[in-house]
Amino acid sequence: MTLEPKSFQLFPEQASNFAPTVDALYTYMVVVSAFFSLLVAFLIVYFAVKYRKRPGQGIPAPVNDHSIGSMILEITWSVIPLGLSLVMFAWGASIMFHESRPPKDALSIYVTGKRWMWKIQHLEGAREINELHVPVDRDVKLTMTSEDVIHDFFVPAFRTKADVLPGRYTTEWFRPTKVGAYHIFCAEYCGTKHSGMIGTVYVLSAADYDAWLAHGSGEGSLAEQGESLFNQLGCANCHVKDGHGRAPNLYGAFGTKVDLSDGTSVRIDESYIRESVLYPQAKIVAGYDRIMPTFKGLISDEGMLKLIEYIKSLGNENGANAPARNLSMESPDLQKTGTMAVPMSEMKAPAAAKTTSTEKKQ
Amino acid sequence: MITASPPVKETKNYLNNEKGIKSWLLTGDHKRIAILYLISVTAFFALGGVFASLIRLELATPAGDLLESNQYNKVFTMHGILMVFFFLIPSIPATLGNFLIPMMIGAKDLAFPKINLLSWYIYIVGGIFTLYVLLTGGVDTGWTFYTPFSTSYSNGYVIAAGLGIFINGFSSILTGLNFIVTIHRMRAPGLTWFRLPLFVWAHYATSAIMILGTPVVAVTLFLVVLERGFHIGFFDPAYGGDPVLFQHLFWFYSHPAVYIMILPSMGVISEVISTFSSKKPFGYTFIAFSSVAIAVFGFLVWGHHLFVAGQSIYAGLVFSVLSYIVAIPSAIKVFNWAATMYKGQVRLETPMLYALGFIGLFTVGGLTGIFLSSLGMDVHLTDTYFVVAHFHYVMVGGALLGYLAGIHFWWPKIFGRMYSSVWSKVSAALVFVGFNLTFFPQFLLGYMGMPRRYHVYPPEFQVFNVLSSAGASVLALGLILPAIYLTWSLKHGEIASANPWGATGLEWQTASPPITENFEVTPVVTTEAYDYSTQQEVVHVG
Repeated sequence: MTLEPKSFQLFPEQASNFAPTVDALYTYMVVVSAFFSLLVAFLIVYFAVKYRKRPGQGIPAPVNDHSIGSMILEITWSVIPLGLSLVMFAWGASIMFHESRPPKDALSIYVTGKRWMWKIQHLEGAREINELHVPVDRDVKLTMTSEDVIHDFFVPAFRTKADVLPGRYTTEWFRPTKVGAYHIFCAEYCGTKHSGMIGTVYVLSAADYDAWLAHGSGEGSLAEQGESLFNQLGCANCHVKDGHGRAPNLYGAFGTKVDLSDGTSVRIDESYIRESVLYPQAKIVAGYDRIMPTFKGLISDEGMLKLIEYIKSLGNENGANAPARNLSMESPDLQKTGTMAVPMSEMKAPAAAKTTSTEKKQ
Repeated sequence: MITASPPVKETKNYLNNEKGIKSWLLTGDHKRIAILYLISVTAFFALGGVFASLIRLELATPAGDLLESNQYNKVFTMHGILMVFFFLIPSIPATLGNFLIPMMIGAKDLAFPKINLLSWYIYIVGGIFTLYVLLTGGVDTGWTFYTPFSTSYSNGYVIAAGLGIFINGFSSILTGLNFIVTIHRMRAPGLTWFRLPLFVWAHYATSAIMILGTPVVAVTLFLVVLERGFHIGFFDPAYGGDPVLFQHLFWFYSHPAVYIMILPSMGVISEVISTFSSKKPFGYTFIAFSSVAIAVFGFLVWGHHLFVAGQSIYAGLVFSVLSYIVAIPSAIKVFNWAATMYKGQVRLETPMLYALGFIGLFTVGGLTGIFLSSLGMDVHLTDTYFVVAHFHYVMVGGALLGYLAGIHFWWPKIFGRMYSSVWSKVSAALVFVGFNLTFFPQFLLGYMGMPRRYHVYPPEFQVFNVLSSAGASVLALGLILPAIYLTWSLKHGEIASANPWGATGLEWQTASPPITENFEVTPVVTTEAYDYSTQQEVVHVG
């Protein structure tokens, strides 16, 4: 399967759940716009011909009638376009609301933009550069950050894009609906090789995707790699499980709200973890001292992703392990909690992720 | 009475009453300053056009074979900076506005003639900074200077380019200030607000944006200079800054700046359509207030440039709905212009051809703008060639065609000569056809997914790119022609009468070219604007 130049076409391929809706809105807008453009063009040409100045026509008589103004017309041509465009507004807004709410059980993949390449990290450990393999008919959520400038992850066939910012995480999700290979473009200008920061999304059938994942990276799952980094950096010395350490307990913390020493509260998400590692003094959890040193310069953006995934794997507010859907049914953790948010049909366990770090801990 | 008067040698006028380069460079006459601006904006436009040609040549093939990536990036950056800051923003206000506003309101000059000259010098100093950037190696940030690329990663002369635009901004601010004071304080007796020509209303609204918006972009670019020069963290997360903050500040000015470019053109179009239909503009007060509404709402829509930049969806909703609302006053104008021709006496002279072209292209530019105001649609279209096509329809199809309509309309007044009617109509036709051929295919390219600012592109995008490059050569020809026949007319054109088009404004009631004081006696206005029944029979010229 390769990305071959297509013959002449006006629409990119429809390869995601969003594509048909966006194309339908586009068609509506084209029809409305074409109608008004042609109406204006027709009026201009018709008036120019019908009212052209004829030889011998004298000085125009003073006019003060409906031909120099009409309140009814002014209202008509304000209200009708406003009505038609509010439909566009509402339709477009509903699409974006859909796009901004990734389904909870979406397959999570990390993307790091760097001048001028896309680095992709799968939870199961596999890594790719400028290529993204995803299964067809399954929700996929990309969590993205940049190592340098602003980039933008754009897949025209999916009709979606999102900026990739340094210093924070943005998300983008889609459900590929058609097996094939599609362009990835960086859509935010990022310097010299901006137009070379392109790649390919491969949408695979479920079976092909499992086979592809099975190749893995041999370095263990992302959460496992995160655990060894967690120990290596000494995090475990303070962030101990029972909550009596010098630092907050991270078990079950992800996704919950915590109170801060300044009286406000914050939801523990990717961006908060990142901030706490790089700028530990920024938001201190109430009841703890300002003792954590900064890890700025000691940890790469990819290392950060591993840590985040490890902390996620320590459980979230529902008690369900975030990466649980990638685990085999034999996982004792799962059998214990039994709160699986994912349908059985999605339990396609890759060989590389048979165990989680949590079960080793316990 | 003055129509078709025989050419009298050596009539005193503003062009010949003083001689020598010093009399131009130290002039306080708004009409001479307008000509200084005319020469300089034309020069910057020509330079910007050279860069546009390089872009279209490079994009004729998918591979990067004419320029290297860094060169290409510098070329499109320079094209954008020159065209936006040094041509489009000053084009109509500083040339036609400068020349006409005092004349239209029956004044001898602007309120502050020396500040008017100062703003031209400031513009030139800003331009010299930009030329310095160009000659020493260029800048590759795009005209938008997005951070942290511009502050921490660009290898171009960002500081000099930023300072050039910073300095140039003060030229806009002073011009806007001058216009507002002049329009408030110096109207002829009897010239009430609702007797003002629509051109003056449009410039009043434009001036308000210049004064309120320009300081913001000036400060923003200054912050970029501080971060890049001294690593003071505003925008780069590495220094504790916020990269999206820059986009908010930048577009807070740069979206209203779009209206700085288009509102004066709309003013020109209102004058031209009315004159060549010999009829009062349809819905005068609606056109006048729609300019003001655009200026006000224009300040509330900047966030529609940030729909995919990680902005909250609720902010996106507000900016989206406001963007639809700001589109309505523009729609009102288009319908009113068309209705102005209804039951008029329509003459298809060159300025009218440009004006009708404007309406067509601006309509497409405006309608494609509402595609981009729709959140879900914008996610797919933003940062693609659809956006490039959209803003060129507004900026070139709108602002530039309005400028050309205005130059052709008032040329006889400014220089006292007529130009070739035939060649100018050929030029208007070439510009219209060439423009559409250049930019319409880019809408299709954008929907296909071709991102903007791409130096090399996948081969399936080539067909439309070749069409676009072919159109650009037609457009270039259409734009070179006026430079030739207008220059030729300065010496050889037929002598123009005071009012060759049968127009109604005060500027047509004095000689062409006018005397330095504009009017022999200060006119007194006793009628509404656009009263064609008081006009003399038009003697067709050219």
